[in-house]
Amino acid sequence: MSSKPLKQIHLAAHFPGVNNTTVWSDPDAGSHIDFDSFIHFAQTAERAKFDFLFLAEGLRLREQGGRIHDLDVVGRPDTFTVLTALAAVTERLGLTGTINSTFNEPYEVARQFATLDHLSEGRAAWNVVTSWDAFTGENFRRGGFLPREDRYSRAQEFLATAHELFDSWDGTAIAADAGSGTFLRDARAGTFAHRGRHFDIEGRFNVPRSPQGRPVIFQAGDSEEGREFAAAGADAIFGRYGTLEAGREFYADVKGRLAAHGRTHDRLKILPAATFVLGDTDAEARETAHEVRRLQVSGQTAIKYLEHVWNRDLSAYDPDGPLPAIDPEPGENTIALGRASVRQFRDPLATARRWRELAGAKNLSIRELVIATTAEQTFVGSAATIAGAINDLVQADAADGFILVPHITPGGLDGFADSVVPLLQERGVFRAEYEGSTLRDHLGLAAPAPAPAPAPR
Amino acid sequence: MSDSSTPPAPLHLAVSLDGAGRHPAAWREPGARPAELFTARYWAGLATEAETGLLDFITFEDGLALQSSLPEAFDERPDRVRGRLDAVLTAARVAPLTRHIGLVPAVTATHTEPFHISKAVATLDHVSRGRAGLRVQVSGLPHEARHFGRRTVPLADTELYAEAADHVEVIRRLWDSWEDDAEIRDVATGRFVDRDKLHHIDFEGRHFSVRGPSITPRPPQGQPVVSASGAGEASYALVARSTDVGYVAAHDGDRTRAAVAAIRRAREATGLTADPLHLFGELTVFLDEDAPAAGARLERLDALAGLPHGADAGVFTGSPGQLADLLLERREAGLSGFLLHPGVIAHDLPAITRSLVPELQRRGVFRREYEADTLRGLLGLHRPGSRYARRAA
Ligand SMILES: Cc1cc2nc3c(=O)[nH]c(=O)nc-3n(C[C@H](O)[C@H](O)[C@H](O)COP(=O)(O)O)c2cc1C
Repeated sequence: MSSKPLKQIHLAAHFPGVNNTTVWSDPDAGSHIDFDSFIHFAQTAERAKFDFLFLAEGLRLREQGGRIHDLDVVGRPDTFTVLTALAAVTERLGLTGTINSTFNEPYEVARQFATLDHLSEGRAAWNVVTSWDAFTGENFRRGGFLPREDRYSRAQEFLATAHELFDSWDGTAIAADAGSGTFLRDARAGTFAHRGRHFDIEGRFNVPRSPQGRPVIFQAGDSEEGREFAAAGADAIFGRYGTLEAGREFYADVKGRLAAHGRTHDRLKILPAATFVLGDTDAEARETAHEVRRLQVSGQTAIKYLEHVWNRDLSAYDPDGPLPAIDPEPGENTIALGRASVRQFRDPLATARRWRELAGAKNLSIRELVIATTAEQTFVGSAATIAGAINDLVQADAADGFILVPHITPGGLDGFADSVVPLLQERGVFRAEYEGSTLRDHLGLAAPAPAPAPAPR
Repeated sequence: MSDSSTPPAPLHLAVSLDGAGRHPAAWREPGARPAELFTARYWAGLATEAETGLLDFITFEDGLALQSSLPEAFDERPDRVRGRLDAVLTAARVAPLTRHIGLVPAVTATHTEPFHISKAVATLDHVSRGRAGLRVQVSGLPHEARHFGRRTVPLADTELYAEAADHVEVIRRLWDSWEDDAEIRDVATGRFVDRDKLHHIDFEGRHFSVRGPSITPRPPQGQPVVSASGAGEASYALVARSTDVGYVAAHDGDRTRAAVAAIRRAREATGLTADPLHLFGELTVFLDEDAPAAGARLERLDALAGLPHGADAGVFTGSPGQLADLLLERREAGLSGFLLHPGVIAHDLPAITRSLVPELQRRGVFRREYEADTLRGLLGLHRPGSRYARRAA
């Protein structure tokens, strides 16, 4: 019986960002700002031979009911700055930064990514996100905010423009020949001109071609437009489906779109976010997982979460009591601002109805309901169980690998690196050593098309 | 007038790093490593060299256009260094490799978002544990504006500087928008932060409005060190009102004195007297064992570049001892330190750290070891509290 060769798994580490899943009250929890935390986390990921470290981004502190939300981890460093500093304390680990295409300008972002790629010797990746809202826009003088329907059209053009800038230098433009006095072999290096609906810019890009040519491109965003955007031009997707069925459906849908864009199946990696709770035994891990969920969803957190759907102040409700009998406030959500999750609830009335049925059937309190309906941990069990589950999902084409989000900063990855990774290596589905030096190498992606030859004069 | 019994005030010293050096032919000199200008190794080497010399800080020069020898457009000279890495990120890359020296990247206020710059420099301060600053500059270049496409008509100088002052005001308010002890991790109430210690900044200006607070907690220095060049009337208000360190060309005693006096007058008008405003003289330096050797080197470089660089009065050629004489004399114009531009980094940076610095130490006007861990500490600036913190009752 000839068996299919085993797929190689991709693993990455998501530095826990702003959320309610980080258990900050744990005695082992450290700072999520101090650079030592980033060093610890990144060096663990590199010791485990992970593909890359991942940073999410938010450009405005979340608010609830007109006040800054105070229950979750809040605050994060600047993505580019912390990733570039991490390049100094790691050697191979890829460095993936989430950078928004609405509140930035292509010339500046292209420079920052080209710089990160130079200063990390080819380890940069850009997760292009398109959050567009006026709430975030209040922190910016330009770009302002966009109508929702324009978010991907700007993102698309932003990315295309950035690529024109990356490609404006070819790898041979610099001679640096002191003897003859030729620094630039191509005196017009960096020349670009872009005219489009969102950007009308021209001139000379001022960063020479970087080791990867272009950073690796990620996309996160699950709408129809988001999936098309990824199929058309991304190298990887940061996804949200970490289960067999949902994962396979998403995987098949997105990979199925590639051919229409002239791309092959292996040009786009699908890497969902995944959480895990590791124990000495499966039973112990399940118990810990339950405790972790209780710590992640306090009574107050449950009420605040419910407000995302109800779009009104529910502070008078008892988290250990039943769901509100009143209906959600219709219209634009004005209670929870800056919350990505709010966008999941397109139809609050239907969500409330479904939740009431569920709570009624299982006799759940508000807090229990929130625990039951928000993501439980993706992988729970002993190292062997987790290694098996990850491998099964990847071999079944529910994913190409996972971006792991531990619930403890910064040591939450340590146990995984020490116990799960060796088992995956034993099975021959995860690298024992880095084979290449760039992130593109780790992900098995082809080098980008070479920059076009310099324009004739 | 200084009493001869009191020791002279210590001099502050910084170097400006840009490509292979200030001279256009610097990249052709022995040891210049022009093929490495875009590598981390190159910048790490320079930063460690500067730190060996106990310098206060290094500036990383930058701009949002390709370098050009023409004022308003691109030249197509193949014989000049062209291309530059982002300065904030270059500073971040060397931060973990250094321990004491201040890191001051250049930033163009004209085309950037103060929200982004504020969190980037705050983060540089976090990763360097209190050694971050920035050098604010403006750009009225039409070809640079076309890289952003938003502004067709370049702003007048006064407008550019007024906008930069607003930019710095937003940056500073954002640094203060988290009080130092905003993160409370109060398990009893389930609150991670005390939201009464996080503040909207609600800046409304002519060119932008910004709501805040920052997403990045208050940096270790509270306020990283802001610097800018005072070159001409339009910039003096910015230096006086918005910076901790201003740079003035130290061409000659009279002109330096006049610039210093103008900035000091503007500073007094602001009423900002809690902290000293450092004014640093700027000079390009070519250092050799004696003046004829340095002069000959400069001539040779000028010949290579095909244009005289040495004619500029802001250029010093001579021995480290002669430069020490000049700095101490020029300081009398009201300067507390100097920002030196090495003519050829490969040659003149080590000459600064290994010859000029020991010379200044012998004269008792320069530190023999780092006396502080933060850039504010090195400059003798206190750490300010957040402007939004309610005073203890
Ligand atoms: C798994 C996942 C992670 C995301 N992470 C971020 C993030 O860190 N920052 C951000 O601004 N948006 C983030 N987003 C939002 C999306 O990138 C996207 O911009 C937004 O949801 C609108 O696109 P959509 O309608 O296609 O989802 C994330 C989305 C998904 C699905």
